[in-house]
Amino acid sequence: MDKIKVLVAKPGLDGHDRGAKVVARALRDAGFEVVYTGLRQTPEQIAAAAAEEDVDVVAMSLLSGAHPHLFPAVVKLVREKGMKDALIIGGGVIPDGDIPALKEAGVSEVFTPGTPTGDIVEYIKAHVKK
Amino acid sequence: MSNEKIQAELDQYNASVEKAVAKFPLRGNVPEKGLYTPLDIDMTPEAYADKIGFPGVYPFTRGVQPTMYRGRFWTMRMYAGFSTAKASNERYRYLIANGGTGLSCAFDLPTQIGYDSDDPISEGEVGKVGVAIDSLADMQILFDKIDLGKVSTSMTINAPASVLLCMYIAVAEKQGVSMDKLRGTIQNDILKEYAARGTYIFPPRPSMRLITNIFEFCSKNVPLWNTISISGYHIREAGSTASQEIAFTIADGIAYVDAAIKAGMDVDAFAGRLSFFWNAHNNVLEEVAKFRASRRVWAKVMKERFGAKKAKSMMLRVHTQTAGSMLTAQQPNNNIVRVALQTAAAVMGGTQSLHTNSKDEALALPTTESVTIALRTQQIVAEESGLADVIDPLAGSYYVEAMTDRIEKEAWEYIKKIDDLGGAVAAIEKGYIQKEIQDSAYKWQMDVEAKKRIIVGVNKYQVEEEPPKGLLKVDASVGIEQSKRLADLKAGKTVPDYVAVGMTEGRNNDDVKAALAELKTAAQDENENLMPHILKAVKTYATLGEICNTLRDVFGLYEAHVSL
Amino acid sequence: MENIAEEVLMGNRYALAKAITAIENERENAMEIMQKLYPHTGHAYVLGITGPPGAGKSTLTDKLAKEYRRQGKTVGIIAIDPSSPFSGGAILGDRIRMNDLTLDDGVFMRSMGTRGSLGGLSHKTADAVKVMDAFGMDVIFVETVGVGQSEVDIVKAADTTMVVLIPGMGDDIQAIKAGILEIGDIFTINKADHDGADKLATELNMMLDLDGVMKEWRPPIMKTIANQNIGIAEVVETFGKHHNHIDGNGQLTVRRTERTKNEMLDLLDSRIGEHIRRNVVENGKIDKLVEEIKARRTDPYTEAAKIVSEMLK
Repeated sequence: MDKIKVLVAKPGLDGHDRGAKVVARALRDAGFEVVYTGLRQTPEQIAAAAAEEDVDVVAMSLLSGAHPHLFPAVVKLVREKGMKDALIIGGGVIPDGDIPALKEAGVSEVFTPGTPTGDIVEYIKAHVKK
Repeated sequence: MSNEKIQAELDQYNASVEKAVAKFPLRGNVPEKGLYTPLDIDMTPEAYADKIGFPGVYPFTRGVQPTMYRGRFWTMRMYAGFSTAKASNERYRYLIANGGTGLSCAFDLPTQIGYDSDDPISEGEVGKVGVAIDSLADMQILFDKIDLGKVSTSMTINAPASVLLCMYIAVAEKQGVSMDKLRGTIQNDILKEYAARGTYIFPPRPSMRLITNIFEFCSKNVPLWNTISISGYHIREAGSTASQEIAFTIADGIAYVDAAIKAGMDVDAFAGRLSFFWNAHNNVLEEVAKFRASRRVWAKVMKERFGAKKAKSMMLRVHTQTAGSMLTAQQPNNNIVRVALQTAAAVMGGTQSLHTNSKDEALALPTTESVTIALRTQQIVAEESGLADVIDPLAGSYYVEAMTDRIEKEAWEYIKKIDDLGGAVAAIEKGYIQKEIQDSAYKWQMDVEAKKRIIVGVNKYQVEEEPPKGLLKVDASVGIEQSKRLADLKAGKTVPDYVAVGMTEGRNNDDVKAALAELKTAAQDENENLMPHILKAVKTYATLGEICNTLRDVFGLYEAHVSL
Repeated sequence: MENIAEEVLMGNRYALAKAITAIENERENAMEIMQKLYPHTGHAYVLGITGPPGAGKSTLTDKLAKEYRRQGKTVGIIAIDPSSPFSGGAILGDRIRMNDLTLDDGVFMRSMGTRGSLGGLSHKTADAVKVMDAFGMDVIFVETVGVGQSEVDIVKAADTTMVVLIPGMGDDIQAIKAGILEIGDIFTINKADHDGADKLATELNMMLDLDGVMKEWRPPIMKTIANQNIGIAEVVETFGKHHNHIDGNGQLTVRRTERTKNEMLDLLDSRIGEHIRRNVVENGKIDKLVEEIKARRTDPYTEAAKIVSEMLK
């Protein structure tokens, strides 16, 4: 009966939400429940929404280059809410060189431009803790 | 040959290739017909005069200037700006030294949304996608040793466009250049921010007021300035089709003209300073048709709907940028080829200015080397390719003319639909435009994933790659240093970097407070033009954040309509 | 997390989220949680908000919640969005309008998808309301799209139900009028600055006149422009009036008694149904019986009676 529930979030000030919206729809079409919160979310808001919704996955999209600051900030706050198992993933314009540090900070996977939405669905199915 | 004869021979041709064609798999996004003939277009002398005509003549299908690139090439305007005003200033001077003919400023997101660099919400974003501007002092550094009387400057700034324009005017004044000499463009297109780009601040009503205030102020004081760049670029980047790009943008244009007329302006007093901004996408011929169709639609809108009298008011003058969303992170060198084709499309489409993207922009901000290749691409197309040798070279192509007609027709259908919804503002508030764009974006993605649409290196011809090296990185210290300078500025202290560009004394906080209070009062009176008040505030070195917060108090914030 | 119910009662917000997840997914621990929380329920006032898509319900709920917060009340919100009938997935987008509430500790907002079975959803919603009630929320909103029969069942969890409409819906109002007249204690015309607001109010008034001449409570028709915060305080005041009205004339007690009774019966139904599914259907007993019945060696009446008496032992 459990459905996979995903928060799709746009942290920071970046207004490019094409990717986030396409991913949100693809996840919906894969049978997930997707909470979409819109633009300009602070890490605090994302973590609070993730906890209230008790999501299994937090998926962030960012194209502005602020990911080295914002992604780890979200991870930290989500964990502080007691969400030990939530899968945290990110996507957007993220140089390969930045990825190790993001993973080190607790981002499970980073999806760069050109990733098929199907890969994201499969990744979530394989790694989500239900 | 008569039409009947052509039809008969075409039937014969189709029958002869039917079997051979059936063997090939049908590719997605490819027109059904493989061959266009005179039957696909109406090319009587009357239709020619009506729909195509001559360059510089209504309906401007063949271009807005009579001589086009026979007179001079388009403006090669490279969009640039990152980290600090100082670093960006160096990039600008480099581009000018290398044959760039206009400046184009990119601002970071806090600047675009009217926040100071020290605002908590700006954390992590300062200097990232453009340069951070907090006050007039930063603007003085940005244009240090660049003669604003000579250069034309385009600024990608929307919600706080009035503030940045005032800063520009103030810098020019300090250089001894009066505002009637200034040439350039502010994007100033809030509607597409609501619909596609996301850097809005205020609700539609006060935003439209700010825009008409700028129209009015500039028509009297800054007559050479393009007061708006009505942008389809970002609508396309958000996933729209070519027809949707021009349809939604022209619908936005109609809304701006309506607002200005409602504010009491004469259409011919401001319409000549309206400009547009298109995307140059991968499908070369469709893009050329799009440029041509857009000029025809706008000319008709201005003449027939708004009764414009001056030819200038009917001309769709356009800046173009190659499609950022078409750059691939995979095999980034391939992007050089994509940009070259997109450049060809924009040039054959008759653009007035062009920014070419750099090959590494799907990964990070461009390095100096990759920016140089992008600029050279334009120069090769201009000087070597022959594409710029004659005016509107694809006119008369059965395929291109038919596609021009098709795009025009689709655009009119959308404009009608948006009119029925109550205009562009209402259509955005109802989420209609956003939904149409998102549906197209989703379809595109699904087509790519189903390989109905091929992107080389992404879903076909992939290879294992080493991660690219030498990407430009903006240091996190940029934000910290910018915030330090800002703190000193706000405390009324002198700052060495600012002293170097002529701000020898700290700002007077009483003056700042008084100017902001005056601005607030003015904002509360809908009939007051805010530009002189903003200009006054800017000159006291009130910061962008202080000015925008003053306006936020009065105007409130836009609440986005999201439909998925 | 162990002891979810205890943690909820101690004010742990994440436990509250976990409890609703257990209910939503019909997890095994859901019943135990509800058993422990039930004694602590019955304090919150429950408001149902419904209306067609695009009426601005989320924005309105956001503003109403802020008004209650201004008055010092704590607020729970359950926002229900339709699941896709094809994939079973859903986009839950109500938080977009309520981002300001996210960091307010006096508010707890939860989105739910309809997940295909609206019947099941009405239980789950009612239980989610109880969890928020036990957590200590003073006012709980249940917001749901549409005004069909199934949504009517969902808003039956509410003490006061508001139907939100907007001008310019054309014939839609005709199509939904039967449903809305039945459930609306209050009608609100949102986006009241748009053309046609007065016409809609007139139409509604006429319909209410035909329907409710003899009723003690004539549903008021309110006007709001939610995104400009216009008319919000008045709606909250009207909620209060309706509350006082049904409290004063005993209707609130009648409604709540009725609701408890229905819940009890529903629960019995579903428990018995579950028992039968487990002991008759899933073990294949039903198929054997059907063969016997088809051969006329026995009959469905006798066998049904046997199963029931067996079960009641």
